[in-house]
Order: sequence, then structure tokens, then C-alpha cells
Amino acid sequence: MSDQITLVDYLELGDDPHLVANQCRACGARFFDRRNACASCGKTEFDRVRVAGEGEVRAFTIVSFAAPGVPVPFVAALVDCDGTSVRGNLINVEPDPEHVSLGMKVRLATYSVGTDSSGTEAIGFGFEPQEAQSNGI
Amino acid sequence: MASDDIWILGIHMTKFGKHPDLDVVDLAAEAAMGALDDGGVGIKDMGVLAAGCLMMAQAGIGQQLQKQIGQTGIPVYNVANACATGATALRTAIMAVRAGECDMGLAVGVEKLAGAGLLAGGARKSDDDTWTRHGRYGAVAPVDGRIGTETMPGVFAQIGMEYGHRYGGTSFELFARISEKNHSHSTLNPLASYSKAMSLEQIMGDMMIAYPNTRPMCSANCDGAAAAVIVSDAKLKTLDPDQRRRAVKISASVLTSDPWEESCQVLPDVNTLTRNAATQAYEQAGVGPEDLDLVELHDCFATAELVHYDNLMLCPVGGAVDFFESGATWRDGTTPVNVSGGLESKGHPIAATGIANVWEVAHHLRGEAGDRQIEGASVGLAHVIGLGSACGVHILEKAAS
Repeated sequence: MSDQITLVDYLELGDDPHLVANQCRACGARFFDRRNACASCGKTEFDRVRVAGEGEVRAFTIVSFAAPGVPVPFVAALVDCDGTSVRGNLINVEPDPEHVSLGMKVRLATYSVGTDSSGTEAIGFGFEPQEAQSNGI
Repeated sequence: MASDDIWILGIHMTKFGKHPDLDVVDLAAEAAMGALDDGGVGIKDMGVLAAGCLMMAQAGIGQQLQKQIGQTGIPVYNVANACATGATALRTAIMAVRAGECDMGLAVGVEKLAGAGLLAGGARKSDDDTWTRHGRYGAVAPVDGRIGTETMPGVFAQIGMEYGHRYGGTSFELFARISEKNHSHSTLNPLASYSKAMSLEQIMGDMMIAYPNTRPMCSANCDGAAAAVIVSDAKLKTLDPDQRRRAVKISASVLTSDPWEESCQVLPDVNTLTRNAATQAYEQAGVGPEDLDLVELHDCFATAELVHYDNLMLCPVGGAVDFFESGATWRDGTTPVNVSGGLESKGHPIAATGIANVWEVAHHLRGEAGDRQIEGASVGLAHVIGLGSACGVHILEKAAS
């Protein structure tokens, strides 16, 4: 098996891939990126915490027009993972309004972004429907 | 006895659209000289200049403009605040006059965007030869399209969809009908980039950009400029009766930024800062949403217009769909919204937008809006959002004659 690296440092792999957030020790606000201080309360101590892998689609769009090199169409979504909002694509689902809906239950899934010149594979994440779809996808 | 009130003395917008023969400074000069002329004053009367051109934010558009219309040595503030740049320029001039530093000021916003494509997420770097972590997310490759979208049509689509998820009642067709309204309104606006009515079928059948926003449901990139001359109450009292009669009172001028909300790191929150700005503006002006005769709000996308009905408290919380369905926001409704045609048809030359919407409202309050005049208009509101985020709200009132 080749070496792997995650697309972003807030994705952790292993037997049970999951997202992690920097959680403000004082107020509990969560951030996926590095913060100098908490945007909610201004305190500076953070703990790295696991984010729930299952959630509900709170908003989505199906992008049909994007920068050259970005494959379209794709579904961009805001997923509510047990109170933590996560941005990600909906994957393993047809990108059309008949197969994607507000309130849809989804779970984290990983996929291969590609392999670089040294043979390292980048692993990205998205969210896939919890229920198998009627058309068998 | 003079009050603290600030007034618009003169205001002008250029035709929005394609101006291949005019450069940015030509457009800014046309708007600035038009506003001075409209106010019956000259560049030497101005004590401050605030100017914005977002795509040339480091170019010193204010001083470039002075080279063409008058280098008088006054302080120049070049401002940049995303799509709220024009409102920020206006508010900067207002603050200078209110602070007593001068009694008249000029605010100008200009942009050349005709033919521009996606303004964010329009280019993605290719992947590196070897994966190396970059930036605050430690990303080894560009994430646009891999972790959601950075395009504005996609971001604002989600903002409208989130409202639908929270309160229900939204659909592709509903959002398209908002666009149908604004394109219908634009037929009466000779300064709009596009002034053709579009049927619901045409709108829904047009090129999909980011579901549910099709191309005519997106703001139109175009060239344009707008400028305003503002004056203190004390100075206005010394001017001619005609100038005083046409002056428009700025009853509220508010700028807010986005306070932290749980989900704002993954989807910009354009709601809280708009609601905060509206709350402050109504309090400053001593008017309520029910008093508004017209509203120009930031319909950068059809999906955005819906949420701002609620954010500006034009309807009860959660009631934006019912409010639109009632016909309230058509020009013959109880709260006409975007009778100019809005950003979807009038166009969105970014830094000009936050002054052009004030021009539209002022035009109606003066009774000079021609075919699209809202009869008897005496109070109006102009709103812009710049993603990042900044929100400008101005409430204007007709001069008590």
C-alpha cells in the first residue's frame, strides 16, 4: 500500500476516518483551521476534538459552472454533524435535485484525490447518503 | 437651529452596462461631476472625498479622479469593503461631515466588470507535483470543488436553501419568480444593464450556474459608477430654496460586520449582520419597516433576495416566502423591493452598487423617477452586503417641504 496524506489536516484516517476541530476551551466554539484566538470569545486555548461523522444536509447547491479544472456538476453542501457545521461535497450520489434534498441524512466518506510524483496518495472527504438510493447507487 | 442631520445634496449614477470607450476614471468622473452638478455645487466646495473601486483597490482611485476633476488638496479616503464598498465610501463621507471636519463631502464608487466571469472561484491552481501542506487548513491541494464551492452563485444558493430548510416553502420555481419580478421591474429603468422582461420559463430554462440559481438569477457583471454629494444641516440651510427642496435626508447610516455564529466558518452568515444593521438603522431613523415606501436590497442572487426580506424585518421571522407570495415586493405591492430591477438586471458594478441603490431611492423621494416612480414615496431603505462580511444600510427621507 502506498503512503497516504489527507487533503486537509482536519481529516484523520485510520480504521475510522473522521474530522477533527480545534475547540475553544473557554466557550466551545469549533474551528477547522488554525486560529490565533477564538473568533467567538477571544480566548487562546484550544483542544483537538472529534467531529461526528453522521449528519443532516442543511443547505446544498449543485454547481454547474466553476473554474476550469473543477469537474462539474458537483454538489456542495453544508452538513450539520451533531451541532457542528461542516462544509463538504455530497459524493456517491447523482448530482441532481431528484437525488439530493434538504434534510437528507448523510455520513462522512473518503475518496482518492490523486497520487503525486513520489507515489503519495491524497485522501479527501465528502458526505454520502446514509440510505442506499432506490436506483441502486 | 441646525441639527445633526446629514443630507444628500446631489447624486448621480451612470448608465450601467458596457462602456468599452470609457475607462474607470472616466466613469467615476461622469458620476462625480454629475452629482456635483445635481447639487448645484463644485469640486472646490467639497471638504472630503471617499472613493472605491474594488477591482483596483490599491490604485488610489480617489486621487486618480482628482487629477481629472480637481486637485483641491482635500483628504481622500480610498475604501474597499467587498460589495459594500460604495456604501462604505458614502458612510465615510457622512462620518467626516458629522464629525464637523467639513460641511460637504463627495462619495464615489466605480467598477468596470462587463464581460467578467466568476469573481471568486473563477480560477483554481493546478495541483503541485508533490503534496505539501499549505495555509491554515493544511491543504495539500486546492479545495474549491473538492470541499464545497468558492463561487458566489454557489455560496448564495446555499444561503437561500438554508432558509428553505429552516422555514420551508422554497423551491427552484419560487426563487425564479423573485428573479421574474426584478427583470419585470427593470423594463422601466433606462439606466439598467438589462431591461427586458423574462418569463418564468425563460429564467428556469436558462443556463444553470449553481442550482437553484440560473444565469438570469445572478447579478449582472457590468460597468458603472455612482456618486453622491452630502451636506450638513447647517450648510444646507444657507443654500438656495431649490437645493433645499431637492435635498434628501439621510435618516440612518449604518455599517456592520459579521459577528461570530456557529456555522459562519463554513457558510458565510449574511443574516445576522444585516439584521443588526437594520435594527440600528430603524432605531436611528425612528421609522419601522412598515413605514418604508420602497426598498433596494442586495439581490446579488435571487436566493439572496428572499433571506433579506426577513433580515430587514420586512416580514415576520420565517415569513419571507409568504411575504413574497403575497405580492408585497412587486412595485404595486405594500413594500416594493428593487423597483430598479435589482442587481440581477440593473447590474452590479461592485463599488458603484452601494451608492446606486441610494440614488434609486433618492430619485423616488424627489418624485423624479419618471415611469417607475413609486407615487408619494417619502421613506426608503438601501441595503448592501459585501461578503466577508460587511453590511451597509441607509434610510432616506424626503425633505419636509
